[in-house]
Amino acid sequence: MTEPTLQITGLQVQVGPHKVIDGVDITVQPGQIVALVGESGSGKSLTALSVMGLLGGKLRHAGGTISLSGKQVDHTTEAAMRALRGQQVSMIFQEPVASLNPLLSVGAQVGESLVAHGKADARTAWSRAIDMLRDVGIPEPEKRARQLPSQLSGGMCQRVMIASALIARPELLIADEPTTALDVTIQAQILELMRQLRERTGTAILFITHDLGVVAALADRVCVMYGGRIVEQADVDDLFDAPAHPYTRMLLATIPRLDSPRKKPLFSIPGTVPDHDDWPQGCRFRTRCPLASDHCLQSPPLEPKAPGHLAACWHSDQVAGMIDHDR
Amino acid sequence: MTDIATRLLGRIGRGYRVVGPFSLVLVALVLAAIFAPWLAPNDPNSQNLLGRLKPPGTEARGILYLLGSDELGRDLLSRIIYGARVSLSVALLSVVLSGVVGTTLGMAAGYLRGWTEAVIMRLADIFLSIPAILLAIITVAVLGPGFVNVILVLALTRWPRYARVAYGQTLSVANMPYVRLARAMGASWPRVLLRHILPNIIAAMAVIATLEFGLMVLFEAGLSFLGLGVQPPTPSWGATLSVGRNYVTSAWWIATFPGICLFLLVLSVNLIGDRLSEYLNPKSR
Repeated sequence: MTEPTLQITGLQVQVGPHKVIDGVDITVQPGQIVALVGESGSGKSLTALSVMGLLGGKLRHAGGTISLSGKQVDHTTEAAMRALRGQQVSMIFQEPVASLNPLLSVGAQVGESLVAHGKADARTAWSRAIDMLRDVGIPEPEKRARQLPSQLSGGMCQRVMIASALIARPELLIADEPTTALDVTIQAQILELMRQLRERTGTAILFITHDLGVVAALADRVCVMYGGRIVEQADVDDLFDAPAHPYTRMLLATIPRLDSPRKKPLFSIPGTVPDHDDWPQGCRFRTRCPLASDHCLQSPPLEPKAPGHLAACWHSDQVAGMIDHDR
Repeated sequence: MTDIATRLLGRIGRGYRVVGPFSLVLVALVLAAIFAPWLAPNDPNSQNLLGRLKPPGTEARGILYLLGSDELGRDLLSRIIYGARVSLSVALLSVVLSGVVGTTLGMAAGYLRGWTEAVIMRLADIFLSIPAILLAIITVAVLGPGFVNVILVLALTRWPRYARVAYGQTLSVANMPYVRLARAMGASWPRVLLRHILPNIIAAMAVIATLEFGLMVLFEAGLSFLGLGVQPPTPSWGATLSVGRNYVTSAWWIATFPGICLFLLVLSVNLIGDRLSEYLNPKSR
């Protein structure tokens, strides 16, 4: 069997004494699209930044290993990390317009990672950039390449960012909520583009989002994060059909349905995500979970509930019946 | 809608009406400095002891003193034209030197943070807390006066201003998503600084540099006034003012004309600087 494109094992990230990421395991196989789902503050983006070695400020890598295509990443040296960025693993962000340098032409920015790594001179990078812009569906790439980001729409800017991330043909693309700032039609186009690029280039994608609709449309496999831990991991159909963690079940219940009775209030998960310095002992979802019992004072392990379906809950067997009264 | 447009145009127009004539003053002074050997009617250093302290418009021994003569009978107009060279070149070179040094240090402090930031910014605080003129006197006492040393002194006292602005600007630009993306694409930190941060803070630095330019002209004049600047017989507005002070009751022109030139130069540079900062700051547009 081939090595997984990305294997994160037992990742821990700390801010001072507090663990904001507490033992995260994620595996992305070649060409696979894995969605990382969770509320704000659950640690999705930090997991991604850890892979890139871009944890800034007071955040530090406190444990666990990250391997790209079987080779363990050395997070201690900036030079080693820099050699990987843009080459083996790329990242795109939300806010496509703000993510492009307002004073540099779009073409120069798409070619940036080639030039920054000395893989091509400016002229070669420029022509490669134009090809790449064409690949991501930008009309008149020769003309667009000379324009500034402010002359492009948000959706175009996101295409440009995707082009710049994929120009060096990385094995893994990390997409941190790339469609959050875009309206739904453009969002659908970008998702379609990413799916096409995956088919054409075989690039694996770790897709971070809080939008379950996007997950259903794009992902092969889903990791649900809560409180700096993975609480459930399954193939996308299994997760939507038979969630094994109450948090996932409640997230699914928050999606409004066309066939639900009129004037019935939309479902919401009570409470908010606790701060990382105030996590409850044991299962971290305990304080918001209707199934919580004394057993939940002990941390549940992430263990298989069905083939290929992992969940960290003592009461997985009760999840199926927990909110049936409102469906 | 049109009302707003007219008012906006009116505002811009008003700005240009004021700045326009003064930018002509600046251009004239710059041209005078560049073409001094062709423009000056006389040798600025040739003395004529029989034509001492002649009032403007008088002629002595075949030389017409358009703006009068100084205490050694040298043509004041020629000395002012040559003096523009000193003022402008000292100001320009010291602005460039302090700007490059200050911006580099400020950007390094703002991007690398940690101990680099601590050392550079505390050093800047120390330099800012020493009275500039005292620092200048000490430096000149150690290095000796002269054209190059004046530039060094000015750069030494003024770099913290650029460092602070560059530091603040770098802090805010370094957190922009496009800098994060550049790093995610594998750009090294010198590349991030030069290609992604510097172009985005250069406008702010240009505004500071323009305002500093006027200040440098005054500073050079002040040092020369105190005898710490460019040494005689090289003509300098500050030094001429200093001499003119002794004769201000009997020969008012010696101090007056260099003073007017100084005033016009600094005013025009400052007005252009204000206009530039208004133009480059989208909030005030």
